[in-house]
Amino acid sequence: MLLALPIVSRTRTERLVNLVICLLSTRRFLTAAQIALTVPGYEHDPEDPRDHEAFQRKFERDKAELRELGVPLETGTASVFDQEPGYRIAHREYALPDILLEPDEAAAVGIAARLWQHAGLAAAASSGLAKLRAAGVEVDPQATLGVEPVVTVDPAFGPLAAAARDRRAVTFSYRVPEVDDPATRRLEPWGVVCWRGRWYVVGHDRDRAATRCFRLSRIVGAVKAVGRTDAFVPPENPDLISHVAKWSGPVAHNGRATVIVKPGRGAMLRRWATDAVEGPEGDRLTISYGDAEYLASKIVGYGPDVRVEGPPEVRDAVIQRLKEVVARS
Amino acid sequence: MTGPRPTGDRLGRLLNLVPYLLARPGILVSEAAADFGVTEKTLREDLELLWVCGLPGYGPGDLIDMALDDTTVTISHDAGIDRPLRLTQDEALALVVALRMLAETPGTGNRDVIERALAKIETAAGDQADAPVEVRLPGNEKRLDEFRAVVERGHALRMTYYTAARDETTERVVDPMRMVMVDGRAYLEAWCRRAEGTRLFRVDRVDAYEELDEPSLPPEEAVPHDVSEGVFRPGPELQLVTLRVGRGSRWITEYYPVEEVTRSGDEWVVTMRVTDLGWAQRLLLGLGPDVTVLGPPELLTRIHDQATAALDQYSTPGR
Repeated sequence: MLLALPIVSRTRTERLVNLVICLLSTRRFLTAAQIALTVPGYEHDPEDPRDHEAFQRKFERDKAELRELGVPLETGTASVFDQEPGYRIAHREYALPDILLEPDEAAAVGIAARLWQHAGLAAAASSGLAKLRAAGVEVDPQATLGVEPVVTVDPAFGPLAAAARDRRAVTFSYRVPEVDDPATRRLEPWGVVCWRGRWYVVGHDRDRAATRCFRLSRIVGAVKAVGRTDAFVPPENPDLISHVAKWSGPVAHNGRATVIVKPGRGAMLRRWATDAVEGPEGDRLTISYGDAEYLASKIVGYGPDVRVEGPPEVRDAVIQRLKEVVARS
Repeated sequence: MTGPRPTGDRLGRLLNLVPYLLARPGILVSEAAADFGVTEKTLREDLELLWVCGLPGYGPGDLIDMALDDTTVTISHDAGIDRPLRLTQDEALALVVALRMLAETPGTGNRDVIERALAKIETAAGDQADAPVEVRLPGNEKRLDEFRAVVERGHALRMTYYTAARDETTERVVDPMRMVMVDGRAYLEAWCRRAEGTRLFRVDRVDAYEELDEPSLPPEEAVPHDVSEGVFRPGPELQLVTLRVGRGSRWITEYYPVEEVTRSGDEWVVTMRVTDLGWAQRLLLGLGPDVTVLGPPELLTRIHDQATAALDQYSTPGR
């Protein structure tokens, strides 16, 4: 049975636009059969099993396509007597709410959207921006803000942010540089943090039974969400940044080292020096330090251009390191 | 986090197109095409497709209607697609995170504006924007503000700059072009008159500077770097250094850009490209016995000689 429709659907896109318009315009749930009788492109003979099956496959594909695009397709029945599920789209759920951005605010959103260097999120940012434009927001593509951060994320970012929002546990393979094989970790993610240009996930490590943070760049392969949503409750107001920052806080510089640096050499040490006095052998620098081993590793790098006068902990550390290098080479 | 498929691309564009045109009666077709990032021909094809879509009944009063001429277009019937679709999770996340990044970047001028925009986007996105993502970038806010102001005023700059690769502090005059933040660090991109090239200067390595009276005039060949893959992108013209790295120093493969890492027993063989052998010497001497240099031979000799000479200073009395 074919309906004499004024328009014959020529493309899939056209059929999908008509499907969206049809489902937006109805308050009643429409069954697949009713939709087939209405929307151009679904014409088929329901009595012919093969034809009917082809229609059903087509309709399933179309529904999947709309859902993938983010169209909130509602399912329900028009009345308790109905057997078949019906479909509709609530305008309130479909439509982007009103958004009034001042010109400078719109410019900021435009700049933010083009900061993404990660392909997937760059596409998402520009399609988000397209929706704002469609809502009437005018975005100046030329606007700049003086300082432009390069915004980039690791591939694990999206799945982890989604899992944290949905409160779903995740598992992933994690490789630290000092260990050969990646280990599987199970985490209840509380949130994702960018600290000093690197991304971390903070949460409750199910195996260690403790709070842990993981660097996203060390995650190998895919992040898998496991179990149900709302599977855990993160602590109230978890200060995510502080969990990451406490591992890399500032070091107190209480030590004072004296080193002799040949004229024109050791530029980095000169930048660190709190005091410099010219002398016959070279310049005598005073350097404040926190970790003697760290300072020693930097001094050793300069070879004979730098000699440590004291204190002994720095001098001995330097001599020890030099002896090891000579013995090995 | 993959992009929409081609059909979805076009469908998404069509669903945006109706409200977009509705908000801008009489807009130039060319302008709309530019906003959607498509050719005018594609946009006209989109309009022709929309023209045959509409409400059930599909009669003259049901179909999407518009006045389209050689240059402009005005929608007169929207068939109910009067608003764009809501932001998806990925779209909300992408916009919100980038705005937070921007708000956290020191020196971006009016932070209030960014915060206001962020709040409005978060409201419009609803629970799609609820992902717990925090951003904190370090930085010397005052210094960045100063540099941003210099870039804006468009003056040349005389500065004392520390180059880590050569371990030298030099004075140079530069023509500032822009400020960028990469991996949480601020850089001034400028034409360096001394090197006669575009350079990225780490702001925390500028030891002193003076704003000159003359204008910043980067020559035409001054092209900004592509920093999407980071700041240091070693090319094949740089010298290749081969190392044997033990467990304790494996971190260097994460900290520095390396070419190749291969397992060799309990250690790893690592190759990396370096701008300057002096830099490699300073790094490798400092790393201690956990790292052995395999090549080039020149570097091997250099490290041995330098270490021996350095050690002599502590054994010879009176020196």
